[in-house]
Amino acid sequence: MNQDSRQPILELRNVVSAYGRIRALKGISLKVFDGEIVTIIGANGAGKSTTLMTMCNVVKAVEGDIFYKGERINDVAPDQLPTRGLCQVPEGRRIFPRLTVTENLDMGAFFRRDSAGIKEDLERVYDLFPKLRERRRQLGGTLSGGEQQMLAMGRALMSRPRVLLLDEPSMGLAPLLVKQIFDIIATINGQGVTVVLVEQNANLALQCAQRGYVLETGSVVMEDEASALLHNPDIRKAYLGE
Amino acid sequence: MTIQESKRLWVSLGVGLFWFLMLLWPLLGIKPGGLEFSETWAVFSKIAVAAVLIVAVYHLRQAGVLDFIGTPLVKASEAVGRGYQKAPTWLLLAVVLAAALIYPQFAGRYGNDVAISVLIYICLGLGLNVVVGLAGLLDLGYIAFYGVGAYAYALLSLHFGLSFWTCLPIAAMLAAISGCIIGFPTLRMRGDYLAIVTLGFGEIVRLILNNWMTLTNGPNGILGIPRPDFFGYNFASLSSLYYVILGIAVFTVLAVYRLNHSRIGRAWEAIREDETAAELMGVNTFLLKLLAYAMGATFAGLAGAFFASRMRFVGPESFTFLESAMVLAMVVLGGMGSIPGVILGVLVLVALPELFRDFELYRMLVFGGVMCTMMLVRPAGLWPAKRVGRRSEEME
Ligand SMILES: Nc1ncnc2c1ncn2[C@@H]1O[C@H](COP(=O)(O)OP(=O)(O)OP(=O)(O)O)[C@@H](O)[C@H]1O
Ligand SMILES: [Mg+2]
Repeated sequence: MNQDSRQPILELRNVVSAYGRIRALKGISLKVFDGEIVTIIGANGAGKSTTLMTMCNVVKAVEGDIFYKGERINDVAPDQLPTRGLCQVPEGRRIFPRLTVTENLDMGAFFRRDSAGIKEDLERVYDLFPKLRERRRQLGGTLSGGEQQMLAMGRALMSRPRVLLLDEPSMGLAPLLVKQIFDIIATINGQGVTVVLVEQNANLALQCAQRGYVLETGSVVMEDEASALLHNPDIRKAYLGE
Repeated sequence: MTIQESKRLWVSLGVGLFWFLMLLWPLLGIKPGGLEFSETWAVFSKIAVAAVLIVAVYHLRQAGVLDFIGTPLVKASEAVGRGYQKAPTWLLLAVVLAAALIYPQFAGRYGNDVAISVLIYICLGLGLNVVVGLAGLLDLGYIAFYGVGAYAYALLSLHFGLSFWTCLPIAAMLAAISGCIIGFPTLRMRGDYLAIVTLGFGEIVRLILNNWMTLTNGPNGILGIPRPDFFGYNFASLSSLYYVILGIAVFTVLAVYRLNHSRIGRAWEAIREDETAAELMGVNTFLLKLLAYAMGATFAGLAGAFFASRMRFVGPESFTFLESAMVLAMVVLGGMGSIPGVILGVLVLVALPELFRDFELYRMLVFGGVMCTMMLVRPAGLWPAKRVGRRSEEME
């Protein structure tokens, strides 16, 4: 399959992002195609989170273009992107601690007006994360780390995303829960949601994804099929700890 | 209670009393002739005896000696609480409203005066509650909007002869606009920085009122502001004024309640909890924060216009930082984000200084002490905001 002939659903072309004078992204180009799981791996501080935040326009790209569904979105306000199906689960979950589980999930559907559809999606999220249904009246901040991760993902799903950006969903979770989260990512993807997955756990991420990008100090240093990256000796040495 | 716990209790009581004595002595004992002890001792001994008695009673209760009194009392209060929970909310509200309506019939001049200032502070507290409690934006210059409302009515009625009822919405609007003016440059700030900028804004407004002689008559203030009238009926008496501010307060309560339970209210709470996350969920944080300032200021503007007409005088010294701090204290003490909480906070903070009038000199000391104690005992406020999943739960 020749991927370059297809139209990507999300694309960055030579994107530069900066915090003040410091350039965190030094011209990044990447493509995400409809229906796939793409992973971005890299060391701490490589610019993975910045890449996701730039995709959502929370961090503004100072150079380069961002295309979503064929349209340039550099100047679209960040709060408009969820309405178009681009939603992010940010690093460190960032749920609303003093809102209840249900209220948190409601916030995910904030821009939606179809209450019947919202209710349906709420049930869908509760089916995906039965733990959340049990705890639906509890305050978000009092959930365990794993439950908070589920809540953050559920909240993003409430916006019915076409493309879901996940920033380190396995951070701080026990191995069993990590596996569970990755299974759910596969399930969500199976339901037709395109996933961009940023991970420290490169091994699992590359097993789960179809393609991968390797980031190093703000630049893409490698891109390939996930299986190829998984067997690349350099990658194994640098990111899989061998 | 174990021996150790009881020892800790008595030791901390001793330390507390000693600290209090050290505080009290210079306050009372320093006289032109030197340091004396007799007056300090007179006050201190009474307080110490009272404190020891309280701790002793607490001790006995822990040990179960007082169960024969306590148990029936607890049962009774539980029964009352159950009845309270069973009664529909509208009934309770009706009772409160009816009591508020007939209140002036039983209160004298002084009672009406206190009630009017309670109602003014309820408007201010609920307005500030929108900004601080819901949207989580610390605002230390809030009283400036109250001043804008008051001066708006004073100037418009004196120079253009506009009636109170026309000026009321105009004052609210002018306050809302000044809310946007302060909101706009501060939108990118958080926490401490925001507090300092709003503090500065409040002082700027006060200084303008104080120094713009041609417009505001400076520190002398503006005299002879007309009372409201309605188709020829003049609200001259205190009890009729009470009904005007009661109307404004009820309007404020209803409006804040509606806001609280709307999509906008939910978005404010999300911004308070995590601004970036709210933005990622599709909340226009810029617009909503501006709206929070504007809405909060609106209620202060309404209260301000009424204040000017009630006093028939406005001067810059009514709008000092202390007032902002007082309103903030009412909101925090009552319970941020909770409407009954804020109302309770206002009642306590307006009523307490009145109750302590007999103490004269020590009034503010007692007031401060009670405030500290309340925050220690109930850090989330007297009536904390209840958090249950509202919208989705109701749909189930
Ligand atoms: N708000 C900020 N202000 C200034 N510099 C920032 C800010 N956020 C990130 N940076 C810098 O940008 C660079 C990239 O950060 P980023 O968070 O994107 O890294 P990351 O790849 O997600 O790392 P990690 O794996 O540790 O999460 C880092 O050098 C970081 O110090
Ligand atoms: Mg990161």
